[in-house]
Amino acid sequence: MVIFSVYVVNKAGGLIYQYDNFVPKAEVEKTFSHPLDLVLKHHDEKVVVSFGQRDGIRVGHAVLSINGLDVCGKNTADGKDILEYLKDSSNYPVSIRFGRARLSSNEKLMLASMFHSLFAIGSQLSPEVGSSGIEMLETDVFKLHCFQTLTGIKFIVLADPRQSGIDALLRKIYEIYSDFALKNPFYSLEMPIRCELFDQNLKSALEIAEKAGNFGAGS
Amino acid sequence: MTVHNLYIFDRNGNCLYYNEWNRKKQAGISKDEEYKLMYGMLFSIRSFVSKMSPLDMKDGFLSFQTSKYRLHYYETPSGLKFVMNTDLSVSNARETLQHIYSNLYVEYIVKNPVCVLGQTLDSELFSSRLDAFIRALPFYSPRAA
Repeated sequence: MVIFSVYVVNKAGGLIYQYDNFVPKAEVEKTFSHPLDLVLKHHDEKVVVSFGQRDGIRVGHAVLSINGLDVCGKNTADGKDILEYLKDSSNYPVSIRFGRARLSSNEKLMLASMFHSLFAIGSQLSPEVGSSGIEMLETDVFKLHCFQTLTGIKFIVLADPRQSGIDALLRKIYEIYSDFALKNPFYSLEMPIRCELFDQNLKSALEIAEKAGNFGAGS
Repeated sequence: MTVHNLYIFDRNGNCLYYNEWNRKKQAGISKDEEYKLMYGMLFSIRSFVSKMSPLDMKDGFLSFQTSKYRLHYYETPSGLKFVMNTDLSVSNARETLQHIYSNLYVEYIVKNPVCVLGQTLDSELFSSRLDAFIRALPFYSPRAA
């Protein structure tokens, strides 16, 4: 029962705070010989598996490291192009680590803004009068909860689908935001939140929520 | 406890079928635009979910909920998308949508030699069976208008 991450989005749709509480490490390292039976391709400045899913290596997984050295985008740690390196049979046997690519901070910014728009479209396409935007989005692996305040700030929490008490947690995060960010005289509204006390209190609120399984009101 | 409306999209984004039972508010745009917006929203949600997800997903996006309605989503491996809006009391309509696909769509559209796949579904048998099926659902009850 885990809370994966917290995002705070401002009125304009820009990400102002992001915290990853738990990122599951789903990585597989294997040694390969020439020729490589996986088909790799360039995607978004990374090298990802496009065909040949097997042994825990799935389509969409990115190349994370070659022979123990972390890759740098499309190139190996030494600066050589990965696809060229893997075509050359003299480089084999080679040990490659595959896994889900971590989101870069740019990608997180883009995803937060994307959600901001999807939230609004959810309200526009409503078949009922007076609907809010998307408050909860469910997949088989995680549940995304969103709370929009009256001032347009959105608090977004990604958690395990079975985790309960997220509504109370969202209200608690709002309380922490108003106590440690808004009341901070050096914090400007709608700007990225860089307040230590906000980070600390947010972390302890997440711990309490995870331990208790649900977050009790009034603490 | 009610079903508001149902959309069926093909893999290219064309809306093949739409019907509504209990819709209170129109979107304020023409039907064509609404279909495109709905498809675009779902496409973006799927892409968003696949990037955001902390683990590898099997079924992907299942549903979302707002303060007033819940949207259920089911996609077949052939790219056919079934979208149903219901009220909040319906927690899981995935089996319903799966039933609509396998027992109604496959039976009355795919197996119909006259129906061209990829065009709007104008089989009357399909519409009437689907309507009867929706009205017979345990979570459907016509509310006084």
